[in-house]
Amino acid sequence: MKFKTKKSNSSLPPVSTASLPDIVFILLFFFMTVTVFKDQNLLVENTIPMANQAEKFAKVGVIEIIIGKPLDNYQANYGTEPVLQLGNKIGGVHDVSAFVLEELSLMPEHLRAKATVNLKIDENVKLGIVNDVKKTLSKINMLKVNYIALKK
Amino acid sequence: MKHQRNPPEVNAGSMADIAFLLLIFFLVTTSLESNDGLQRMLPRPNAETADIYERNILRININAQNKVLVADNLINSKDLKNIVLDFVDNGGAQIDSPFYCEYCEGDRSSYSSDSPAKAIISLTSSRNASYDVYLDVQNQLIDAYNSLRTREAIKRFTISYSDLLLEYHKAENYSSEKVKLKSMIEEIRSLYPIKISEAELKI
Repeated sequence: MKFKTKKSNSSLPPVSTASLPDIVFILLFFFMTVTVFKDQNLLVENTIPMANQAEKFAKVGVIEIIIGKPLDNYQANYGTEPVLQLGNKIGGVHDVSAFVLEELSLMPEHLRAKATVNLKIDENVKLGIVNDVKKTLSKINMLKVNYIALKK
Repeated sequence: MKHQRNPPEVNAGSMADIAFLLLIFFLVTTSLESNDGLQRMLPRPNAETADIYERNILRININAQNKVLVADNLINSKDLKNIVLDFVDNGGAQIDSPFYCEYCEGDRSSYSSDSPAKAIISLTSSRNASYDVYLDVQNQLIDAYNSLRTREAIKRFTISYSDLLLEYHKAENYSSEKVKLKSMIEEIRSLYPIKISEAELKI
């Protein structure tokens, strides 16, 4: 019985895989177009918390500050307490104003007034360092902040 | 002659493999980065002080144990949205007062806020509180305001507040449609202005 059914199966015409390259190419082009090569690597842990009221924002005139614990291979130098990642460097709260003002000066003039600071903060970070960063930002008059969160 | 007419076909069987390799490369390097978030304004560096009645302030505090306190009472963090809703929508001002809120649907208690425009939420936190609790509180505050705004938007324009914002972003720039939607959004916003203070309170 078993043998018979097997035989009848093999008599079916094989599924044509001729269109497989086309499908793969479509996927390939999709990913090629959406790929953005990152100009910075994550140096700190960054698990972003969820918030169901999160909205989408335009990505123009944005300055990004990432806060989290240094990754394992940086812990020898920077310890295990949360630090800031400013561009491609790890820094402390005292580096924030210099970094933000430099980024601001690199921006086109018409965007400067609308500049937003994106705060990408790891969910395990304590509020102390966050409050310090916010205080520094408000001192240099960068009042628009965006707490990055994943939409639920 | 025969060979020229029928050149040997190029084997395209490995095409799929090459495409797969490229595909996997781009899959790995792609980061579909999201730019979602909660937008907030920080307090001005040297803001002027204002005298505010105690009934118009809702004090929210996140303590070092990651517990949320409202007016020094421990609450379940899930209840925060409803507490904020009740507080903002209270509309306690008397009917002859200039701040009377005719669209409020709250209890109109004289121990809670006079009107949504007067209601201020004060958010303070311990340095040892965790960021995800803070973001959850911020999220619930915005959630409360958005649901109030949606209620008014449906009542006045039969469209929810989030749809109103979507329509606004979809509308063509400088069109009369966009101007109209903008004035609608501004009207709704002025009914329930978000007033969250993270400044230190002087009592």
